[in-house]
Amino acid sequence: MNMTDYTPLLLSLKVAGISTIIVFITGVYAAYFLSRKKFWGKMVIESLFLLPLVLPPTVVGFGLLILFGKKGWIGSWLLEWFNIQIIFTWFAAVIASVVVSFPLMYQSASAAFNNLDHRMENAARTMGASEWKVFRTITFPLAWPGLLAGLVLSFTRGLGEFGATLMLAGYIPGKTDTIPLAIYFAVEAGQMEKATFWVIIIVALGFSTIMWLNWWGRRNVERYKNHSS
Amino acid sequence: MKKGIYFLTIGIVLLLLASCTQNEKTKPSEQNIELLISAAASLTDALHEVKTVFEENHDVTLTFNFNGSGKLAQQITQGAPADVFLSASKKDMDILEDAKLLLDESRVDFATNELVLITNEDSSLSIESFDQILSGNIGQVAIGDPESVPAGRYTKRVFEHLGLWEPLESKMVFSSNVRQVLTHVEMGNADLGVVYTSDAKISNKIKVLVTAHQDWHEPIVYPGAVIAETKHPNEAKAFLTFLTSEDGKTILHKYGFQ
Repeated sequence: MNMTDYTPLLLSLKVAGISTIIVFITGVYAAYFLSRKKFWGKMVIESLFLLPLVLPPTVVGFGLLILFGKKGWIGSWLLEWFNIQIIFTWFAAVIASVVVSFPLMYQSASAAFNNLDHRMENAARTMGASEWKVFRTITFPLAWPGLLAGLVLSFTRGLGEFGATLMLAGYIPGKTDTIPLAIYFAVEAGQMEKATFWVIIIVALGFSTIMWLNWWGRRNVERYKNHSS
Repeated sequence: MKKGIYFLTIGIVLLLLASCTQNEKTKPSEQNIELLISAAASLTDALHEVKTVFEENHDVTLTFNFNGSGKLAQQITQGAPADVFLSASKKDMDILEDAKLLLDESRVDFATNELVLITNEDSSLSIESFDQILSGNIGQVAIGDPESVPAGRYTKRVFEHLGLWEPLESKMVFSSNVRQVLTHVEMGNADLGVVYTSDAKISNKIKVLVTAHQDWHEPIVYPGAVIAETKHPNEAKAFLTFLTSEDGKTILHKYGFQ
């Protein structure tokens, strides 16, 4: 059996990696910003952020086609002004991945920011620290365990994204065939050995990531206990 | 808390009872026989019209299970109920025949199909033969995945026959079924696509550029057969007879089958 083609693995790592970076920056910023504001319509915005979590992949994919297709609202504009085509490229897989993993990052970050002890931030402020310095030296480190959980969940969700990816990125072997797509088309074609191979890889990736997160979380709690006693 | 569980249990039991009685009511009576027909997805629109006409003249209700032929064959092999199987490929019917799951001598080819090269209705591409795909300024070409979609397998055969597969391979986008190819072309995301005549017929957002010659690929035939397990062999045979009759053929023609 020809097993030399590892592009699905490399592609999946690239797509999930870049998607996670984008989601981390935007998710943390959105959660931090909203955690400090109270305004009319905040609930609506938060619900919108979390929506992709509950929508079927076909709906997300359809929405992305409307936006990023060659004749789509954003897609046509990008094509006309920058000659950039999103659909049927590996970056389309990144976009699909960003949309479905953003809610996980936002939710984790939002919980982390809301649960931390705001007196610490205020103490720093009374000593004249700028908002950026407060965030960098107090808020961010305190929220880090929660943020890391969101980061890991986003990465694994990105690795597993299938439905919207197939609709927006298509299946182009060597270009847009992430592991979930490779598995789907292998099963459809009755290539069970190939499918099994990729299933083992993705289960191992997911399992080790979650194991690591659990281990890391427990180590942190232990450390905290030792410090406080 | 305990009270809650008590009421919950009663609720579940009541629900179960209710669903049981419902089942009894909806069981088909002797007069009205229900035929379950597992049919290839490409037949969807044609069969809905067949259903209307057939049910008018027979005391039978037709229920459809539409899916890719390969998946349907798998389901039937694993014991899923079906009275008739209408496949879009010879290969999948052969699998059932080899497994002795078909009623003897019930197998019949009821339709054939062709492959067409299509483009968006707004497209300004002027292509009159497959060779011209190379000379034009073409973006991406959507086709079914050659490994898993019958239409994709035939398409690859056509392109190979014409020596176009290698020069075009980098422009190919594979889909998980033919209807997705149609969507990609309808939305203008792929410049060209290859689908069945019957698929092209149901869309008014695309135009057909050229039809692939029958000799360039193995014949695209649709075999149908009665499943051996059926409880209504006579009605199932009558349905296949109707499909191959003049009335049945007329409807299939209307939807682009030959």
